Amino acid sequence: MSLIEDGASGAGAPIVELRDVNKWYSDFHVLRDVTLTVGRGEKVVICGPSGSGKSTLIRCINRLEEHQEGEIFVDGVELVPDVRRIEAIRRQVGMVFQSFNLFPHLTVMDNLTLGPILVQGTPQEAAEAGAMELLERVKIPDQAWKYPGQLSGGQQQRVAIARALMLRPKVMLFDEPTSALDPEMISEVLEVMVELAQEGMTMICVTHEMGFARKVADLVVFMDEGEIVEAAPPEQFFADARNERTKLFLSQILH
Amino acid sequence: MSTTGSISFAVPRSAPRRDPPAREAGVLLWLRKNLFSSVYNSALTLLALWALFVTIPDFVAWAFVDAVWQTDDPAACRAAAGACWAVVAEKHRVMLFGTFPYDEHWRAVAVIAVVIAMAIVSVFKRFWSYWLFVAWLGATGIVLLLLLGGLFGLTPTGTHQWGGLPLTLLMFVGTVVGGMPLAIMLALGRRSSLPAIKAICIGFIEIVRGVPLITVLFMASLMFPLFMPEGLTIDKFLRAQIGMILFFAAYAAEIVRGGLQAIPRGQYEAADAIGLGYWQKTGRIVLPQALRIVLPALMNDIIRAFKNTTFVSIIGLFDVLGATATALEDPLWVLYALEAYVFIFVLYFVFCYAMSKYSERVERDLSKGRNL
Repeated sequence: MSLIEDGASGAGAPIVELRDVNKWYSDFHVLRDVTLTVGRGEKVVICGPSGSGKSTLIRCINRLEEHQEGEIFVDGVELVPDVRRIEAIRRQVGMVFQSFNLFPHLTVMDNLTLGPILVQGTPQEAAEAGAMELLERVKIPDQAWKYPGQLSGGQQQRVAIARALMLRPKVMLFDEPTSALDPEMISEVLEVMVELAQEGMTMICVTHEMGFARKVADLVVFMDEGEIVEAAPPEQFFADARNERTKLFLSQILH
Repeated sequence: MSTTGSISFAVPRSAPRRDPPAREAGVLLWLRKNLFSSVYNSALTLLALWALFVTIPDFVAWAFVDAVWQTDDPAACRAAAGACWAVVAEKHRVMLFGTFPYDEHWRAVAVIAVVIAMAIVSVFKRFWSYWLFVAWLGATGIVLLLLLGGLFGLTPTGTHQWGGLPLTLLMFVGTVVGGMPLAIMLALGRRSSLPAIKAICIGFIEIVRGVPLITVLFMASLMFPLFMPEGLTIDKFLRAQIGMILFFAAYAAEIVRGGLQAIPRGQYEAADAIGLGYWQKTGRIVLPQALRIVLPALMNDIIRAFKNTTFVSIIGLFDVLGATATALEDPLWVLYALEAYVFIFVLYFVFCYAMSKYSERVERDLSKGRNL
């Protein structure tokens, strides 16, 4: 079974499109004319210094943040202030957070099945079977009946990835998924993400894991001060960055 | 980077795991540590011992040795030097059941038994299910049938005849059961993004919090009927009950709001990200965590609600305390009010302490298997 529903069927057609998106936090212009298109099944890695607007950008894609100007399309549907439409789009988009954000009062199993049962009306047994399958894929089936607080950071983040996959999303957003992890746990999470990428999931990742970008990305985007400064395939991005700001950033993170 | 002049060093070694060194124990050690650790502490210990030595024997003599436990003649009490517990034996029916008809007291006893049994069952986590809710609904029906009568050959007894412990328990359970959902709605409403709802909730909470409970009860009992259309009257017990519910809800709402504020934003975002709607998010993610956080504070308010039921005697309802005051109007026994009130004190203490222990148990059950 593949984790993705129709990864190959619409290959070539964009699944996420941002056109001249602008956003302000009160007076602060946090996203400036951001234009980005993500093809079905493709992987985009967004990097940049802190405060560059990269998290804000992907949070706009599932409307955790609201943009003020420009257009955002997910699977051909425009994001507009309409609760029903936003909830429908959120079901197509899975999200993994820096701080995991698992529900601490629910078991791992309930964390996973809550969405399908409440949102899609999946019967409990079917939801639990689906959850076990995903937990096996992220290699922690034996933790299903524990509470998040009993797991290590790496395990929690893998549960969070499984939870995001439960609704069979068409796109996965990763907001610095390894930044809050202890160093020895980063690889177990990246491993799961690489496998997911290899299966053809569309992914947009905010991360500074450049090894991951080299391995799976179709496009690496560098953001600074709310603008997309540079965007290129990884080979070109790492070997031959054109912009001075990109070069400076790369020299700082690639020791 | 190592330099030739460095004197830092470490010793790599493989040391087997072993048990921690044994701790010293013993009565004398405990005494020295806890009661006589310093001159000041020793002085306090001796002072406390002296205070106990002076008071305990007198109290034991009064309460137990010289006490009169059972007599229907107040003169026997007057002759004795100790407490007159006989007043409780003599007046317990009026104290516990107030103005409820004498021949129907078994119904009042049954009501107390049902409420206490349900409370005990509700303590255990293994009974927490949909069926417990159904059982409470059934228990409510039985309690109302027993108190109101009129069916199955039971003599009808109006709410004006209710009194004593059944009235106290009913008023208390009604206050909490009616007040909690209202409190939660007020707390959510106060954080609403809809300005009208927000204003109504803030206004209600601030106004009710700004007046004493007695005022709320007087409003409910005296002023409320003035605003009602001619011929329409609402039962006095019900009016007091509504007043108690509103008062409890206003305070509990602020406690619940404190819990809502303690939930990290990431929890809302994660619930949004999996597409939950407002009520799903609130009911499954936010409230379970918020209520758990505020459980100790909420239990504090619930215990206070239990004691606040004594205020209803002011508007002419006979709760346990009010009924006791009435019982002591008997000139033959009026001298022994102290003993009667000690009994009431113990009664209230037992109920409140049980609730406190119950809350502790629930907290423990809820945190089992979790380290937040």
